Amino acid sequence: MDDPGAPEAFPPTIDELEGIEDYEVQLESLNQWQIAWRRFKRHRLAVIGSFLFLGMCVIAIIGPIVLPYNFLDIKRPDQLVFTGRPPSWISGDWSPVLLMGETARFQRDVFTLVINGARLSLVIGIGSTAISVIVGALWGGIAGYFGGILDSVMMRIVDSLLSLPILFLILVASRFLGQGSWIGVLLIFGLFGWLGISRLVRSLFLSLREEQFVDAARAVGVSDWRIIVRHILPNALSPIIVSATLGVAGVIVSEAFVSFLGFGVDVNTPTWGNILSNSLEFVNQGNWWWAFFPGLAIVITVLGINFMGDGLRDALDPRSRA
Amino acid sequence: MIRHDVAAPPRTERRGAPDPDVLLDVRGLRTYFKVLDGTVKAVDGVDFSVKQGGRLAIVGESGSGKSVTALTIMRLIDQPPGEIAGGEVWFDGRDLLTLPISELRKVRGGEIAMIFQEPMTSLNPVLTIGDQIMEGILLHQDVSRSAAREIAVKAITDVGISAPDRRIKQYPHELSGGMRQRIMIAMGLSCNPKLRIADEPTTALDVTIQRQILELIKEIQERTGTGLLLITHDLGVVAETVEDVVVMYAGRVVERGTVEEVLLGARHPYTRGLLNSIPSKGKRGHRLVPIKGTVPNPFRMPPGCKFQPRCPYAWDRCVEEEPTLIPLASGGASRCWLHDPAERVRLHAYDHDTEVLPT
Repeated sequence: MDDPGAPEAFPPTIDELEGIEDYEVQLESLNQWQIAWRRFKRHRLAVIGSFLFLGMCVIAIIGPIVLPYNFLDIKRPDQLVFTGRPPSWISGDWSPVLLMGETARFQRDVFTLVINGARLSLVIGIGSTAISVIVGALWGGIAGYFGGILDSVMMRIVDSLLSLPILFLILVASRFLGQGSWIGVLLIFGLFGWLGISRLVRSLFLSLREEQFVDAARAVGVSDWRIIVRHILPNALSPIIVSATLGVAGVIVSEAFVSFLGFGVDVNTPTWGNILSNSLEFVNQGNWWWAFFPGLAIVITVLGINFMGDGLRDALDPRSRA
Repeated sequence: MIRHDVAAPPRTERRGAPDPDVLLDVRGLRTYFKVLDGTVKAVDGVDFSVKQGGRLAIVGESGSGKSVTALTIMRLIDQPPGEIAGGEVWFDGRDLLTLPISELRKVRGGEIAMIFQEPMTSLNPVLTIGDQIMEGILLHQDVSRSAAREIAVKAITDVGISAPDRRIKQYPHELSGGMRQRIMIAMGLSCNPKLRIADEPTTALDVTIQRQILELIKEIQERTGTGLLLITHDLGVVAETVEDVVVMYAGRVVERGTVEEVLLGARHPYTRGLLNSIPSKGKRGHRLVPIKGTVPNPFRMPPGCKFQPRCPYAWDRCVEEEPTLIPLASGGASRCWLHDPAERVRLHAYDHDTEVLPT
C-alpha cells in the first residue's frame, strides 16, 4: 500500500486498495535464475553450444545401449590386420555399419569406440569438476568468510600447490595412483582442479561477507556454517557455475592429453584420449578415420561447452542485468 | 582470527545483574577499532539502560558511535579490526559480552530483534521473503515448517502487507523499500523478542514511508510490550517515538534524560546546538544556527571535553579536563562543566543567552 496509485478519490476504499495489491502481485515474478534463463535463450551461440554438449551427453548415456556392437565382447581376429577399413560412406555404401570405419590391428568399429569413449570422457570431465567445485567452494568460502589468520594459512596452501608443476604431478599421480583406472584419473583431476575455484570463491566471499544481509542473518542468530552455505554461497553461484562449465571442457582436454601420453585411462576402457593414443602409429598408414572421429568428438564437445559457458557468463552477470 | 567469536573483555568491577525491571543495562561499554593509523575509540564508556517495555533513543551525528553501540550489544562487531575493550551488557539477567557464542545465538533474533538501516541490502537477494522470515522462526521456536510458515504469514499480515501468501514466495527485489523494511520488522515480530533494536530504520526511506514505518514500530511495541532501542540522527523521529533519550557525541554519552527534558529543556551545549540547527514551526522567521566545525578527528581527540573545539561556551577548564556525566536536579545528566555545581554563575549566563528556540 506504499503506492496507492492515482488517488482520484482519497482515501481509497479498501476494495480499491485490494485491487491494486492484486494487480501488483499478479505481475509475473521472476527470480534471478528465471531472468538468467531468459537472457541465455537470447544468446544463439550459447543455445547451439548447449545442444552440442547435451546431445553428446545423451549419446554417452544411451549410445552404448543402442549400438549393434558391445564394446566388451570383441571378437578376436585370426590375424592382426594392418590396415583397417575406411568409413562405409566413402565407398558410396550407406549401410549403418562402419559409419566411422574400422580400426587396424583389432578391427574395432570406430563408431562404437567413440561412443563408448564419450561416456568416460564426459563422466571424468563432469565428475572431476564436481569434486573441484565442492572442495574449492568450501575451501574458498571458509577462508573468505572467516578471514584473518585462517584465510592466510588456507590461501598460502593454495598458492604453494599452484606453484607446483601440476601437469607433471598429474602424470606421475596417474601412473602410480591411478593405475589406469578411470576412477583414479577422475579423482586426480578433481583433487588438482579446485585451486582456481577456491581463489574465485574466496574473493567472492570477501566482498559478500560485508553485505548487510550477512549482518542481518547473524543478528537473527544464524550460525556461521549456515551463513556460508545458505546465505552467501547462493549469491556467489553464478561465477562458480560459469567457471565450472569451462572447467569441464578443460578436464576433457586434459584427460585426452594425459591418456594420449599413455598415462591416463587404460586401453580396455576407451576414452577419446586413449583412442587417439592408440591410433597414432596407424595414422601414417592411411587410417585417418581412427584418429579423426574421436578428435572431432572432443572438438565438438569442448566447443559446445565453451559456447555454453560464454552464454552463461553473459546471462548470469549481475552487472548486465536489464 | 575467527570473527565475532568474542573473547571476554577485561573486567574491572562487576556489579552483578541489574533490577529485574531493567531489560537492558549497558555499562561502561568500550569498542575500539585498531587500524593502521592507530586506535579509533568508536564507543568510549557508554552507559544507558532500557526498562522492560521501555523506549529509548540514542541520538547523534554520523560518527558519534551510536550504530557501533547497537552492533556491540549484539556482538556483531568484526574482530579484528574491532575490539570490545570493556564494559558489560546486561540483558535479562545475563551479560551478553561474556555469554558463550551458542547462547548468544539464541539471544540474537530470539530475544533481541534488530532492524537495519538499509532495507534494500538487509534482505538476501537470492532467498524468498518467506524463507528469510521462517529461518528465524525455525531457529528459535520448536515448530514444524508448516507452522513456521503460518507464523510468517501472520507476521506479514501484522505489519500491514496484504496478500501474505503470495508475498512469502516473492524475492526482495520485487518489493519496495518500505515493504522491505516492513518485512524486516515482521522478521523481528515473528519471534516475540523482548527487545527490538532499530538502527536508523527510516533513514533510507522517503518521508511519507518514514512516518508509516515509525508508527508501525511504535504500534507493535505498544501492543507486544517489547522494549525498543532506537538509533537515529533525526530528532523529529525521537520526539514521536520514544520516552527516553541518550545523546552521543564522539563515542560518549553527553546528555541523558526523558524526551521532554532533552528536547524541550536541553542542557548540554551540543544538544542545544542540534536543536537550533533543525528547522521547525516555532523558528519561522529565525535564521537556523548550525554547529560550527565538524566531529573531531578520531586519531586526534582533544584532551579535555570532546565538544570543546566546537563549543561557543568553552573555557580553560574544558580544554584541560574532561567533564564527567553530571547528574542534574531535573533527573537527566549532562557531560558539561557548566552543570558542575561550582560553575553556577557561568551556567546562569549560559542559560540566559541560549534560550532554546521553541520547537
